[in-house]
Amino acid sequence: MMKDTIIKLDNVWKIYQMGEVKVEALRGLSLEIRKGEFVAIMGPSGSGKSTAVNMIGCLDVPTKGHIYLDQHDISKLSESDLAQIRGRKIGFIFQQFNLLNTLTALENVALPMLFQNTDREKRLETAKKLLEMVELGDRMQHKPNELSGGQQQRVAIARSLSNNPEVVLADEPTGNLDSKTGEIVIRFLEKLNKEGKTIIMVSHDANVARHAQRIEHLKDGRVVKRG
Amino acid sequence: MIKDYFIFSVKNLRNRKLRSWLTMIGIIIGITAVVSLISMGQGLKTAISLQFGDLGTDKLAVQASGGFGPPGTAVVNPLTKDNLEEVKKVSGVKIAAGRLIKPGKIEQDDHATFSYVASMPDREARKLIHEAQNLEAESGRLLKDGDKGKVVLGSNLGKKDAGLGKQVVVGSKIIIEGKEFEVVGILKKLGSFILDNVVFMNEDDLRDVMDVPDKDYDVIVIQVQQNADVAAVQQRVEKVMRNERGVKEGEEDFTVQTPQAILGQVTSTLFAVQLFVYIIAGISIIVGGIGIMNTMFTSVLERTKEIGIMKSIGARNSSVFSLFFIESGLIGSIGGIIGAVFGVLMALGLAFIGKSLLGTDLIRAEISPWLVLGSVLGSFILGSLFGILPAIKAAKLNPVDALRYAK
Repeated sequence: MMKDTIIKLDNVWKIYQMGEVKVEALRGLSLEIRKGEFVAIMGPSGSGKSTAVNMIGCLDVPTKGHIYLDQHDISKLSESDLAQIRGRKIGFIFQQFNLLNTLTALENVALPMLFQNTDREKRLETAKKLLEMVELGDRMQHKPNELSGGQQQRVAIARSLSNNPEVVLADEPTGNLDSKTGEIVIRFLEKLNKEGKTIIMVSHDANVARHAQRIEHLKDGRVVKRG
Repeated sequence: MIKDYFIFSVKNLRNRKLRSWLTMIGIIIGITAVVSLISMGQGLKTAISLQFGDLGTDKLAVQASGGFGPPGTAVVNPLTKDNLEEVKKVSGVKIAAGRLIKPGKIEQDDHATFSYVASMPDREARKLIHEAQNLEAESGRLLKDGDKGKVVLGSNLGKKDAGLGKQVVVGSKIIIEGKEFEVVGILKKLGSFILDNVVFMNEDDLRDVMDVPDKDYDVIVIQVQQNADVAAVQQRVEKVMRNERGVKEGEEDFTVQTPQAILGQVTSTLFAVQLFVYIIAGISIIVGGIGIMNTMFTSVLERTKEIGIMKSIGARNSSVFSLFFIESGLIGSIGGIIGAVFGVLMALGLAFIGKSLLGTDLIRAEISPWLVLGSVLGSFILGSLFGILPAIKAAKLNPVDALRYAK
């Protein structure tokens, strides 16, 4: 493993038991991502993209194989330990934005810090800065349903950064946006990458994926092409 | 941190206002019932104690048995003058007096009300009653031997709102069961439902007006001699009464009781009623609790995706558990607080209605701060208890499945 490797998947299998049938979502997937990289993961539906993202994001553990985050094997950790790790080290951006509708933009961005037991004052201060960074300083008290899709995704970007994670994991971040708004979101991700964050982006859109430095093509649960 | 979870939970409740309120109604009804019923029950207990409270431990009451109720009702075989004469001879009995207590109609001008008319015995026995019941005249005087056509009224009957038209005062003429009497005295307030509404007249007058046979009595009141053993006197009186009435031991058609024993009997009956009421209230609280559980399970299902989001951004199982646990505890305690307020208001309201409409002190509310605190705390615990299972379910959700969950 290289010294600056941040995430490494080593021969990872994920097998779901669906009644009588075994579904092999990942079949010996190996993948290595270094600090500061902007990597895109591409593949058709059913290729195991989502399962791979869940593994990288510490949302799920593999049936077989190992996952290393920052040189630590996380494949056997409990759900609560995983939650702690992903809260600190990984920022999520989803296709559906996945903001909490009951909370304002500011509260949404501050929420991950609550789960890390950060003081209220510090939480609000950081959240404000992050919202200003994504140019939503004037929308802090708005709830998600009062914001446009692009604005919601920018709130989600701000939220993904709130615990200052090393990795930002974006699962089809432009999937629900028109191309112009999508472009703005991608530009934010590029900006983050330039500032040193590792960005892993899943997409099926080659136009979006080309912004990455490297593309991993997935098919049938393993990498078929690197580039 | 707990404070932040708290704020978060309040937000969630407010976001589902209608359902939160509907869920709370179950708890509110239960706690309202508990607080008001217990307050009224305590009030009733105190009121009843007051009825008996003035009677000392050195007194006994003989009654013909026919079920407990106001003396003079539902009695099969009444006490007699002969019974009284025999009781007087029992060793240890200082004074024994026969009394009649009958319901009667009281009129003045064209206004009428119903109350109890009680007889006053003569001589020492009169003194005994005066002392035992603490009778003092607020205005006018008490009855004397030989008073004919004269009555003394309980304090409530001398009030403006006694229901007898113009206020009855000393010197007023009132009609009792069709005969005219002169009011010679109004009693001081005693806090006893019966004594504050009673009409006292001498025994001969009462027999005449109510058409009571010469030899009948409703109650024989006994004062035991100083230093005598009350229990022993009670047994001797029972023995004499058995002989006199020709009944065997165990088949008595009368009772000899100390006021305390009667009070005890009433209290135990009251306790049975209270217990029944508590059970009903308890059931309604448990139903309310199940309502909370139901709502919380629905809420977990509805917020599955939200739980997935929270977990993906770092919420541990314990954080998710806390959020839901606090929420159900909140439903419980808010419901409890509202219920306690309603319960207190209801108890006070009923007591007020009882007092102003029925003129009775029996319906009164006695609200203990412990009852209010306890019911609020209890409903918090209830809400939390019934919230545990849904909260565990929420905490245990797999983040991947939860995130994929679509409404």
